[in-house]
Amino acid sequence: MKRADAKTTAAAAAPVTKGKEKKKGKENYRPTRNACKLCAPLGAALAFKGFSKTIPFLHGSQGCATYIRRYLISHYREPVDIAASNFSEEAAIFGGQKSLLLGLENVCRQYRPEMIGLATTCLSETIGDNVPMFLKEYRKGREDGPPVVHVSTPSYRGTHAEGFHEAVRAVVESLATAPETPSREGINLFPGMVSPADIRHLKEIFKDFETEVTILPDISETLDGHLWSEYIRMPEGGTPIQKIRGSGRARASIEFGRVLSGQKSAGKSLEERARVQCFSLGLPIGVSESDRLFQTLSELTGHRVPERYNAQRERLLDAYVDGHKYVSGARAILYGEEDLVIGLAAFLSEIGITPVLCASGSKSGLLKEKLSQVTPDISKIQVEEGADFSDIEEIAAQSAPDIFIGSSKGYRIARALNLPLVRAGFPIHDRIGGPRIIHLGYQGAQALFDRIANALIEKRQSDSKVGYGYM
Amino acid sequence: MSDYIEGIMDTECEVIDPVEVKEEMIVRYPTKVARKRAKQIVLNRIGEEGEVPPIQANVRTIPGIITQRGCCYAGCKGVVLGPTRDIVNITHGPIGCGFYSWLTRRNQTDADASPDGHNFMPYCFSTDMQEGEIIFGGEKKLKQAIQEAYDIFKPKAIAVFSTCPVGLIGDDVHSTAREMKKKLGINVFGFSCEGYKGVSQSAGHHIANNGIFTHVVGTDDTVGAGEYRMNLLGEYNIGGDAFEIERIFEKCGMTLVSTFSGNSSIDGFANSHTADLNLIMCHRSINYVAEMMEKKFGIPWLKINFIGAEATAKSLRKIAAYYGDQKLMDRVEAVIEEEMLPVKAAQREVRPRTAGKRAMLFVGGSRAHHYQELFSEMGMETVSAGYEFGHRDDYEGRKVLPSIKIDADSRNIEELEIHPDPERYRPRKRPEEIEKLKAAGLGVADYEGMMPEMKEGVMIIDDISQYETDKLIEIYKPDIFCAGIKEKYAVQKHGIPLKQLHSYDYGGPYAGFAGAVNFYKEIDRMVNSKIWGYIRAPWKEHPELSGSYAFES
Ligand code: SF4
Ligand code: SF4
Repeated sequence: MKRADAKTTAAAAAPVTKGKEKKKGKENYRPTRNACKLCAPLGAALAFKGFSKTIPFLHGSQGCATYIRRYLISHYREPVDIAASNFSEEAAIFGGQKSLLLGLENVCRQYRPEMIGLATTCLSETIGDNVPMFLKEYRKGREDGPPVVHVSTPSYRGTHAEGFHEAVRAVVESLATAPETPSREGINLFPGMVSPADIRHLKEIFKDFETEVTILPDISETLDGHLWSEYIRMPEGGTPIQKIRGSGRARASIEFGRVLSGQKSAGKSLEERARVQCFSLGLPIGVSESDRLFQTLSELTGHRVPERYNAQRERLLDAYVDGHKYVSGARAILYGEEDLVIGLAAFLSEIGITPVLCASGSKSGLLKEKLSQVTPDISKIQVEEGADFSDIEEIAAQSAPDIFIGSSKGYRIARALNLPLVRAGFPIHDRIGGPRIIHLGYQGAQALFDRIANALIEKRQSDSKVGYGYM
Repeated sequence: MSDYIEGIMDTECEVIDPVEVKEEMIVRYPTKVARKRAKQIVLNRIGEEGEVPPIQANVRTIPGIITQRGCCYAGCKGVVLGPTRDIVNITHGPIGCGFYSWLTRRNQTDADASPDGHNFMPYCFSTDMQEGEIIFGGEKKLKQAIQEAYDIFKPKAIAVFSTCPVGLIGDDVHSTAREMKKKLGINVFGFSCEGYKGVSQSAGHHIANNGIFTHVVGTDDTVGAGEYRMNLLGEYNIGGDAFEIERIFEKCGMTLVSTFSGNSSIDGFANSHTADLNLIMCHRSINYVAEMMEKKFGIPWLKINFIGAEATAKSLRKIAAYYGDQKLMDRVEAVIEEEMLPVKAAQREVRPRTAGKRAMLFVGGSRAHHYQELFSEMGMETVSAGYEFGHRDDYEGRKVLPSIKIDADSRNIEELEIHPDPERYRPRKRPEEIEKLKAAGLGVADYEGMMPEMKEGVMIIDDISQYETDKLIEIYKPDIFCAGIKEKYAVQKHGIPLKQLHSYDYGGPYAGFAGAVNFYKEIDRMVNSKIWGYIRAPWKEHPELSGSYAFES
């Protein structure tokens, strides 16, 4: 008798629907089966975690905060405190002002935060709570309390990716001040939803360019910290509040994400308000997208690209050459946030892997266009916005892939098709070390390249009847 | 564990005064909040008649206090209905709620046990509500979702779960379910388990109980084969617990008609009313079904506990005593004797390393109680415990039921009015027999609660917050803390291992005899791990080390 976790047979019960007549939209609705997206307040809470001593606060029922905490924690394996206004049925009917004010007060007393990041859930959005007005009320008599930054995040309007960017924008818009006299110093970096390891690497890069950088948000310490030898209320790290305020004085901003470049963003908002020029780059995964970053940095700072990055780049290309025969011609299934998918697709195209499916739960309307900027032949790629894992499963089954690249959520399908899954992005809850995965820069590409090549090699080894131990 | 850490604990231990600890935990709260929390933090006392002090429980968490509690929807869909493999569960709402409850509880199931092989547990169905539905209503999409689920999977049953926005936009999931039931000819039923109802997942348990009882229990009168036919209620097969319990049942010659709801099929619920006896594991989440079955069909219930080898043995004896059948009693004794051999051996093996160590348990509505058994079998002491969503009866015992005040939050959770079924009510025991069993100490339809079994002076904390957790471990520095993933990494930051008792840290089973052995080994490994000794770098421990280089001397 087979007694495994319930995960066993994803395919057993489910004949996948044939044909793809189901574009999701008003006309031809299809419910979501195994979603490939999370909800907006999760993204907002994650972003808030990257600001110094900031406590995320969800205005709505406690259940959302609990679910979101458990999800973030299972990926980062770090404490993630998220407060909520813990709606009662009464609040759900008559509005949540009282709960919100009391909640904010209690959070301040217990945690003494430097900032509170307030995101709304579907519940308070559905009721139509006037949060800005509540906050005005709250401010009375508390003028020198910590700033409370509000972002509206109904999940029926966007995914975790939008929630993340909107939260960053809200923070910058409410805290950054436009300088009267332009005293331009340092660079703002809006990295998007990347890993703590990525952010640590970016910091190194800026240091090597001898340039002051404000990373918004910076989860490198708050969500990948160390043991505490003595008790601390809130983890150290995150963008200092002072630096957020000063971001209007920067020489320039850099934001990552080709899809983001076509959307409202913190960087662009700062450009409008404080005339800080914003450079939109793709997520620097792979050689070309990383080259753009280094080139931009070199131009902005007036420094030549430091020698160690030339060395990293050369080593990476050497590895591409050495490993070429193992990866080239392979077919990959890619899924995740749109900008991650685009970055990974750019990288894969460089090493001769075709991303036969590029899928995301988000629906920006930009995915295909942006993908065509980084891949040589978009006609070979099936692009799916608003996809769920049942779509991915169906398409994967028909497109003869060799490998899956994305979050842990693709595991069941990869397993059913007996294919390797190289984990990248979020959430990764069936492996340890998710926050330590590095994707960005030459170094990130190097790590990804090795992992992908080895996954393909391992698959060949384990499929081989003879078994070979020498490559 | 290093001497360094032990040293600290020993000295601090002696001076811990629980009264002061309590003070310290609530001092930062505003007065009103502090007053409320003070009633939920209680020092245990055992009176002459075994009575314990009252504790406030099942009350709303104050806004801004970071609770570990989930919502009504989580209790209904995630906990009670989630582990049943052959019901398609559709979450009606925006995407997050459904996504987050997508098989995160690690319930296991054996799909091969059903002839049709249906297993929908790896799926997460959601209507993925968009702005249009929030404004104009979502019933139409819900119908389409039910239809699609039917077309693809042809399941026996489809259940619909409402999340927060649903109640507010006025969708009627029940009438939609009825309509689709008629149309499709399969069982379709809905739950109004919006997350803001009640104060925790407990409300959702109740709503789930009501729904299963109304729509499923008693829909199939076939009486199956087997002797000693029982239902096991409130066992969710986390980490394979139910498999171990099933093994023991089989060995004892007992028959499980159904389990609510670990490793379960809807077919089991449908004819669960044909059993002779209901056994309750998790009193909190499922006692309603037991009560209703008793009223409607005449099936008595017993509180049992299969967590802990001694507890398992005791529970098996209780069952045998209920039937009062010598053959069964003998068989149970033989099984216990055989099963206890490896258990005892394992205890002897770990005890030298575990005895005297101290545990804290903050979990669930029954586990904080049940797992104390396992710790005491290892010679470990529980110094503080509490439930996340228990009620007073889970703490103080069912005798306090009449004195529990129903507040506004609970009043809206429906109590079904149940009457004996005109044809199928059949008392399994005559009232005199029940009285006799009670007199013999069998505790039919009773649960004594957690506090009477705990020591005097230990701290009982209901709905402990993250903040209080931090304080508690800062002061007590226990050897192990049992809770869930939300607390795990915060506790471990302090160098104290945390054992997850919701998901078992991907281990288990811990129930029954084999499970006890697993647990001993696991806890031994955790409390004696070498890692905790490396926390401080040597140059931080002895600052002079870093200052004295060889060339200096
Ligand atoms: S209600 Fe909205 S915010 Fe809350 S979990 Fe569901 S989708 Fe996320
Ligand atoms: S929206 Fe409501 S139902 Fe959904 S997770 Fe939040 S509290 Fe629970």
